[in-house]
This record gives sequence, C-alpha cells and structure tokens, in this order.
Amino acid sequence: MATSIHQKELERIRQHGAQTYPHECCGILLGKAEDWNKTILDILPMNNARKDSPQNRYMILPEDLIASDREARKRGLDVIGFYHSHPDHPAQPSEFDREHAWPWFAYIIVAVGKGVPRDLTAWLLSADRAQFVPEELQVTENGN
Amino acid sequence: MGVKVIIPTPLRQYADKNASVVVEGKTVDEVMQNLTALHGELKRHLYGEDGKLRRFVNIYRNEEDIRYLEKENTPVKDNDVLNIVPSIAGGNIHFGNEAVLPGIPGRK
Repeated sequence: MATSIHQKELERIRQHGAQTYPHECCGILLGKAEDWNKTILDILPMNNARKDSPQNRYMILPEDLIASDREARKRGLDVIGFYHSHPDHPAQPSEFDREHAWPWFAYIIVAVGKGVPRDLTAWLLSADRAQFVPEELQVTENGN
Repeated sequence: MGVKVIIPTPLRQYADKNASVVVEGKTVDEVMQNLTALHGELKRHLYGEDGKLRRFVNIYRNEEDIRYLEKENTPVKDNDVLNIVPSIAGGNIHFGNEAVLPGIPGRK
C-alpha cells in the first residue's frame, strides 16, 4: 500500500502552501488507484472555504468536490486524496484532521514555517477511524 | 425498484466494492438506515456515536443538498438518486503542548 507522486506535483503542493501562508492551502489529488495503491497524476489547488479561520482550518466545499470529481472522470482520473498545509506547525495530522477524515483517501500535509515549505508527509485514516497512519510516499522523477 | 445510493470511492470497500446500491425507503433516513443495515461497516463512517449523520457527510437527492430540503426527513421515491458527498476539512489546531516550527517538529 503506497502512494506515488511526481516531483513536479509535489513541488506545486509546496508552492501552494508558500503562496497562501500564513493561511492554510488545500487541494485535491487526482490520479489512478488500484485498491490501496494510488498514483497521483495531477493536483487541483482549491480555495480554502474557511474564511473565518483560514490560518488553522481548511475546507473544500462539497459542490467544489462534485465539480472536481466530474472534471477528473472526464479525464479518466479519480479523486484519490487531498492536501493541505500547516502554517508554522509540523506536518502531522491534528485531532481535528482525524475527526474529519475519510478512509482510503491519501492525505498529504505540508508544513510551512515562516512562509517556507518544509516537511511534507502523507497519511491514511485507519479502518477503525482511531488514528492516522503514515503512508509511504514514493516520489518519481520522470514524466507521467 | 428503489432508491439508488451512490457510494463515494472511499466507502466502496465497505459496500462489497459497489459504486451504487439500490435500497428501499420513503425518506432519506429510511434509505440510509436500510443501506447501513445491508452494509454494516458503512455505519461507522457515516454516523457518529450519537447516531446522527456526521457533520462532514453531505447527502444530495437528485443533485439537491437535503440540508436545503427537509434534511433526513426529505421524501424519496423510486428511481431517485442519493449521492453521498464528503466535506473535506481539517486544520492545524493541535491539542497538548506540541512544538511549532521552526525547530524540531513536535509530536503529541
């Protein structure tokens, strides 16, 4: 069980985190999945819908997710996960992240310290919803 | 005949890998109860311990959010489609005294 991502997409996630600092960025991971193995082939940067507390919260509206899902399917891809940033906090999922998480999806978190993207980690919700477990992120150098 | 419930990708593993399931019911609540009776493992991910739908679970009846209809009492009829759509949310509030960047990344 692993998730692979191209270096270019990884860099786009980091840059999105830097752009929105000190607010959280968020986005959708598109790609292909075979059971639990996922290949991220594109990312869709999204607007953070939590205008009330964007420095420590993010939300992707269900209507945005529906539209993105349609777009993905047209391209032969699926929504396979999400990313967000933790401004001035470690790239570790919070209790709030866990409560709101869905199984199976890959969750990528990038820590952004003082505007500079730092650690980037990937997580999966355990089947009993009790915890996030680290997901192996395989970074590829070549084209899709 | 019945109501077609579209199962989101992450939950298909708990519905015998089906992308949709047809179940009976006259309201959204009845359909959802029948769905989770049929596929028991779905319940944990759709309902909280208080027995209510989780906050980040959205249900659309024929593309209309039931929050703007009659919520779980929204009536349904044969051939209606219910779509279960996740809200995706989170954030960096940590409980306890974790370290913050810069420095050594903190853990609970």
